[in-house]
Amino acid sequence: MGGPSVTAAVELSGVTKRFGDVVAVDNIDLAIADGEFFAMLGPSGCGKTTTLRMIAGLEFPTEGSLQIFGDEMGTLPPNRRPVNTVFQNYALFPHMSVRENVSFGLRMQGMSKSETASRTSTLIELVQLGGMEKRKPDQLSGGQQQRVALARALVNEPKVLLLDEPLGALDLKLRQEMQDELKTLQRELGVSFVFVTHDQEEALTMSDRIAVMHEGRLLQVGSAEEIYERPSNRFVADFIGQTNLIDGTVADRDTIVLANGSKVAATTGHVAGTSVAMSLRPEAMHIGRPEDIPATHATSSLTGTVTEVNYLGVALVYRIAVDWIELEVRAPTVSEVDRLKPGETASVWWARETAQVVAD
Amino acid sequence: MAGENITEPRGATKWLLRANASFVYIFFYIPILVLIVFSFSDNRNVGVWGGFTLDWYRDFAESDNTREALWNSVQIGLVATVISVVLGTASALALERFKFRGRAVFDALLYLPIIIPDVTMAVMMLLFFSEAAELFGFSKGFATITLSHIAFSISFVSVVVRARLGGMNDRLEEAAMDLYATRWQAFRYVTLPLIMPGILGGGLLALTLSLDDVVITQFVTGPGWTTLPVYVFGLIRKGVTPLINAVSVVMLVASTILVVLSLIAQRIRGGDTV
Amino acid sequence: MTDTTTRDDSADAAAVATPELEAVNERQKRRRGLWLALPAWVYLAVFFAIPLAIVFVYSFATRNRFGGTDLSGWNLDSYRALGGDLVRAVLVRSVVLAVITTVICLVISYPFAYFMATRSTRTRNLMLVMVMIPFWTNFLVRNYAWYVILGTDGPLSTITETVGLGETRFLFTQTAVVLGLVYGFLPFMILPLYASIERIDGRLLEASRDLYATGAQSFRRVLLPLSMPGIVAGSILVFIPSLGAYVTPVILGGAKTTLLGGYIVTQFLEARNWPFGAALSSVLMIIMLGATVVYFRKGGQTL
Ligand SMILES: Nc1ncnc2c1ncn2[C@@H]1O[C@H](COP(=O)(O)OP(=O)(O)OP(=O)(O)O)[C@@H](O)[C@H]1O
Ligand SMILES: [Mg+2]
Repeated sequence: MGGPSVTAAVELSGVTKRFGDVVAVDNIDLAIADGEFFAMLGPSGCGKTTTLRMIAGLEFPTEGSLQIFGDEMGTLPPNRRPVNTVFQNYALFPHMSVRENVSFGLRMQGMSKSETASRTSTLIELVQLGGMEKRKPDQLSGGQQQRVALARALVNEPKVLLLDEPLGALDLKLRQEMQDELKTLQRELGVSFVFVTHDQEEALTMSDRIAVMHEGRLLQVGSAEEIYERPSNRFVADFIGQTNLIDGTVADRDTIVLANGSKVAATTGHVAGTSVAMSLRPEAMHIGRPEDIPATHATSSLTGTVTEVNYLGVALVYRIAVDWIELEVRAPTVSEVDRLKPGETASVWWARETAQVVAD
Repeated sequence: MAGENITEPRGATKWLLRANASFVYIFFYIPILVLIVFSFSDNRNVGVWGGFTLDWYRDFAESDNTREALWNSVQIGLVATVISVVLGTASALALERFKFRGRAVFDALLYLPIIIPDVTMAVMMLLFFSEAAELFGFSKGFATITLSHIAFSISFVSVVVRARLGGMNDRLEEAAMDLYATRWQAFRYVTLPLIMPGILGGGLLALTLSLDDVVITQFVTGPGWTTLPVYVFGLIRKGVTPLINAVSVVMLVASTILVVLSLIAQRIRGGDTV
Repeated sequence: MTDTTTRDDSADAAAVATPELEAVNERQKRRRGLWLALPAWVYLAVFFAIPLAIVFVYSFATRNRFGGTDLSGWNLDSYRALGGDLVRAVLVRSVVLAVITTVICLVISYPFAYFMATRSTRTRNLMLVMVMIPFWTNFLVRNYAWYVILGTDGPLSTITETVGLGETRFLFTQTAVVLGLVYGFLPFMILPLYASIERIDGRLLEASRDLYATGAQSFRRVLLPLSMPGIVAGSILVFIPSLGAYVTPVILGGAKTTLLGGYIVTQFLEARNWPFGAALSSVLMIIMLGATVVYFRKGGQTL
């Protein structure tokens, strides 16, 4: 993570943005460290772009404080903020060549011709577009356009780079290549990247920290591991990766009563009576016959009927109906004779600490 | 929806479509060709061929009346075009980019001059300037004609520029501002070059409309003031001399040059990139 | 775009955002829009809206004995005069000729626009430019060209005489007027039709053929309904100026074929009956507004 820097690169406190009746961003507190690769993840319409646009100055907050390296930004226009943006679909200037696009920011800042020329050339080389300086954006492939957009922003040596779904328009292979390049570039430059994406795998693999947003609110901020393994609420658990959510009510510190009345052990972390859900990752469960349940796991197991078995090569995916719910369990492949078959009775059990209890 | 496939008409339909297209182009261009040919005809009767001559062009060049009318037309056309381009572009920007009080009324008001017949427009301007002349006491002529031409041209410019602006990505201006451009610089270096084809097209339309206009000019002009179309119209009504053929060909060549120039300008500006 | 950033960069720059500040910002933005629109707004208000109102006012005024207009003693005489035989004849003739012109334009333009829309991009652009050139050519010149062609000793007559059909006498007839109007306004029909047909997804026609429609059925059930906005727009763009046409009827129709436009002009420049002329103009304007409302009802967006 960003190390122990004193002032955050970007700090939002109590930031809200309303468009008429729509609350696009709802009272967000967020600090992004200097040099951090920070991803913002969430379903469509959750306010990611709006948050990014407020940092860029393209939109002003309705309320709240927004600071960049300790300076209040408030209603400062975008041309006076030390941040640059890589826009969704790039927004390259169609009437300018690659070179003119990249040098635009420097020219607007009134930098000397020679300095502009040398910095522009350096950046064009950095993103491997040498020899294409004279081309117009519509004469470039999607990946090349992406690099121009990147160079155009980075040439200004911003303190923070904002990227709004920069890889969204690329096909899968190119996307993976660019993910690596972006990550490398970010490490070399040591600039904070604030990266908006729809794609959770992208967010999980690239970022130092991830913020999960939903309906304008910030639900959780943490490393990929924290978010995946210790989701702070039901939405995050459900949104990140695959999981089984089993509804229940907290009985005491170590016990949850599930909807069918059975009691399971778990670290509840909520007061008795709270309705919660227990999140069990498909790969975190073991599967076997009821007699296979280890004695130590008696209170962290469920028993039901196999409804479906799917062969995925390295893994088998079982669907098991337990009274009122259906669980998905992913287990290593075993030989066909040892497999449970649809209709058979099966039990699942799990290590207590892998069951995450989340409230709404 | 281009392409050759099942939906492509075959047989008789196909040939009828082709024949119709050829007919349209013949219909468009024959009269223009005839006009050009007969402007070189050495016969006082306009439609009768009497051998080659350039006399009518010489007459045109030497006639004070036509020269003066032409000069008047050019002056009015240019002034009206410049002013309506500025006002029309500003209003297009306002309507396409901003919300403001009275926007809907303004939008409707801008459409009216496009759909109103020019005779009605002429009547409006006549009555208006008669009343105004009584109140303020000024003489009709250059000013009244130009003001009237601007009144209908603004709308045409605005519509053409708006179409261009509507096709432009809003993010481009934001990108410019994000790259340290002030609002003015973003307009000057990004928006303006991108809508330039629309502005040129709108300007050309305004100029053409100004040079086309007969009836409004006739209504609001004052003694001693005439434009080329009004002068030619008068000559046609009085009885025609082949001089008009020559004048017409000159007007024809002028408009063709304008169109070609604007096409070239759009090409150079890279008009198809937005 | 009117003011520079120096103004809004000033004092409030470093302030923490509040709803009040946001409101101020919003107001500033609106004001910027208003300032941009203002010159054209004022211009149109003074030189268009007021003149329009004056025409309506004049239509209720009285013509005095000297050919002037008394702006008092308001009455409906001018509108009553619309019922006169001559006026009715002019009105009917104008509407009939405008309808005929519109229909002819539509019949010629539709297959043309369809043909153009189904060409390759290159051919299509070339065809479009070839339509635009006559469109940009001076209107008076274009009418005058037909005057030359149709004249008594003109080329058309010469040709028909040579092939033994006898001389033609088209000039100063209603036929000549319709010909001139069609020639003048044909591009107004072609362009919107082309625009609306070009937008139609060709696969829709394929789909209809796949679903057992014959060529004719797929035209009637798919192409025609989908191109309706273009048909309506083109028809209005041809009908309105045809109805108000002045130059064409004067040049090609002569004295016998007075149409509404010429009749209105006469009221002002010769008969000096301004209130009656204003009433005629008002009627023309109302027809025009009615047609436009129909257009927008039919789902058209821009003209
Ligand atoms: N200019 C605006 N006016 C009104 N509402 C807006 C505006 N911009 C955004 N919104 C609303 O604010 C909410 C958040 O939008 P935002 O664009 O930030 O979502 P997002 O998380 O970026 O979604 P996506 O993943 O689809 O890009 C949405 O409900 C959107 O409709
Ligand atoms: Mg977004």
